Amino acid sequence: MIQTPTPNVRVVTFKIDDRDFSAREDETIIQVAWENGIRVPSLCYLEGLSVWGACRLCVVEIVGSPRLVSSCSTRVAEGMEIRTDSERLQAYRRMILELLFSERNHVCSVCVSNGHCELQNLAQQCGMDHVRVPYRNKVYQVDSSHDLFRVDHNRCVLCSRCIRVCDEIEGAHTWDSKGRGIDTQVITDLNRPWGESDSCTGCGKCVQVCPTGALVQQGTSVGEMHKDRKFLPYLSRMRDAQ
Amino acid sequence: MSRTIAIEPVTRIEGHARITLQLNDEGRVDDARFHLTQFRGFEKFCEGRPYREMPALTARTCGICPVSHLLTSAKACDELLSVKIPPAAEKLRRVMNLAQLVQSHALSFFHLSSPDLLLGWDSDPARRNIFGVMTENPAMAKDGIRLRQIGQSIIEMLGGKKVHPNWAVPGGIAQPLSEETRDAMRKLLPEGLVIAKRTYAFYKKLIPQFAKEAETFGNFPTMFLSLVNAKGNLEHYDGWIRIKDAKGDIVEDMVPTDEYPRIIGEAVEPFSYMKFPYYKPHGYPRGIYRVGPLARLNNCNSCGTPFADVALAEFRTLQESQPVASSFHYHYARLVEIIYALESMDRLLRDPDIMATRIRARARSNRDEGIGIAEAPRGLLIHHYRIDDDGLMTWMNLIIATGHNNLAMNQGVKQVAQEYVDGSKLQEGMLNRVEAVIRCFDPCLSCASHAFGQMPIHVELRNAEGHLVDQLKRG
Repeated sequence: MIQTPTPNVRVVTFKIDDRDFSAREDETIIQVAWENGIRVPSLCYLEGLSVWGACRLCVVEIVGSPRLVSSCSTRVAEGMEIRTDSERLQAYRRMILELLFSERNHVCSVCVSNGHCELQNLAQQCGMDHVRVPYRNKVYQVDSSHDLFRVDHNRCVLCSRCIRVCDEIEGAHTWDSKGRGIDTQVITDLNRPWGESDSCTGCGKCVQVCPTGALVQQGTSVGEMHKDRKFLPYLSRMRDAQ
Repeated sequence: MSRTIAIEPVTRIEGHARITLQLNDEGRVDDARFHLTQFRGFEKFCEGRPYREMPALTARTCGICPVSHLLTSAKACDELLSVKIPPAAEKLRRVMNLAQLVQSHALSFFHLSSPDLLLGWDSDPARRNIFGVMTENPAMAKDGIRLRQIGQSIIEMLGGKKVHPNWAVPGGIAQPLSEETRDAMRKLLPEGLVIAKRTYAFYKKLIPQFAKEAETFGNFPTMFLSLVNAKGNLEHYDGWIRIKDAKGDIVEDMVPTDEYPRIIGEAVEPFSYMKFPYYKPHGYPRGIYRVGPLARLNNCNSCGTPFADVALAEFRTLQESQPVASSFHYHYARLVEIIYALESMDRLLRDPDIMATRIRARARSNRDEGIGIAEAPRGLLIHHYRIDDDGLMTWMNLIIATGHNNLAMNQGVKQVAQEYVDGSKLQEGMLNRVEAVIRCFDPCLSCASHAFGQMPIHVELRNAEGHLVDQLKRG
């Protein structure tokens, strides 16, 4: 669901990385952190779309609680003490990234999104310099049947941004997922080739929100896919106003 | 008792290889083979990928000559789009190709082969490398490093990266040229030409010392295959295929590149991962031919640039009235080509066309088959693609420059081994000559140059029962 600020909510005070903050109690930790320049890593979260909480990269520590919480799906609370960058968190984030890289075939050097990829940036940001688990090397197909776009499942991290933007902003719900667990795959319509989809409007929002080189524009060569998401906050506000 | 000597790895070449020498009862060499021991599999794993990834993807085949793959692949993709690319893009692609020729030839001559030429084949292997050259002749080592830097810098100025620039794209190139970059590139060329001419003059004086090597290092009659331009002159980016026989008679001329399957056949042997291309009408292995600098200079009518044409005339005096047959003279040919490349780049960079901002023809795939051919530093490079209606690769064939020379390299190894190797007592210098003949061809066996002669080498001599009778260790 798109988060709508509601009137008359309380303002709470709390700490992030030993700095004092106050915010509305309906705001999430990641929102406050990002607004204040604290760059908690995240992959599935995108401002303007509903919260999914799947990638777990945005996990943070709450003092007094043994378990980690995802900052995109946890609201701030009075007296909360949040830590966003401990060694433990860094180790978890690196492991999550290593698992993501090992699951599919993310070969950055020959990817159209090379140099403009959120997964690649996160790996650099989190200091992931190698992968300690074996690569699965599973073969995934490329669906290039659409005139304007193509999907390369080898690069997909199952963040579901494409599914959410198509459903919540465009209203077409062309994208969905099939399978379970590690074998989950995003699909168009009822698993038909994208080019044969009846519901796809060809708007390209899914391509722009995709964090990697999984959804890209046709005609792009290596390193040429730049994504532009400026439309999203605007559209999401307009949808909200209706 | 027959024995086998294995030289593994072969040092100061690009990639991994092994040489085996089969000795007879008298300890003389019966047969010799050059094995490519690494497997890459590009032709297979590119299947199913979008064709637009091919230029950058296939460039990863190699760290020395990525530009050759980048450009040849882009040319194959241009065919898939069915477009004629803008003149600025074509000319700038030529500049990058020539810059790579300079850096790759400089690497081969100075870094990999000059230790043999300057320090001697029998010199101490611990010193027989670029560092030894630095001690012996620091000015020359400096020249080599600088010349390679000039080539690499031009590639970087155009493509943003020295190695693996993703700059050539289907339909043209990714960025137009700025005046600042053009001027910076032009500024490097005069110094490069001074170095190239100095080295050429130095090497010319050195040549008489190598009469025996020239006689025995891969010196046999073969055909020569290369591209030539419309005037029959030296060409590295486009043009037509010409084949000359050992006597210098033209066997095939002005063959359009898409007709390569008619003239080039591909054989495989169980002992190597490298293909054995041959001239189809003559069959295998009789259809042996050579490619690369030696073939290009033997085949062309002229270079078309002033200093290179003088050097070409001198090159042709190495052998009277017919093509230069000794593979040893690949080194000479490389130095002539460096001069040619620097002169040609200067000419191209003076052309106002290159400043045009229209640098890319945009289209979607309009054909299901495309062939790209260009001259890599080591010879003719062929990329042949087939795609489906959605633009995904269904089939790919790559014929790499080094592959064309495979038959000749095997024959060359045998010739040198029979001349120099005495199985009754191994000497390091004997084996180094066997490696040195391979270095003449400057084979590019994979994707990167390894340590300069620092790789350990372990040669074992075993008898027919497999028992160790002698061994030699280096490094």
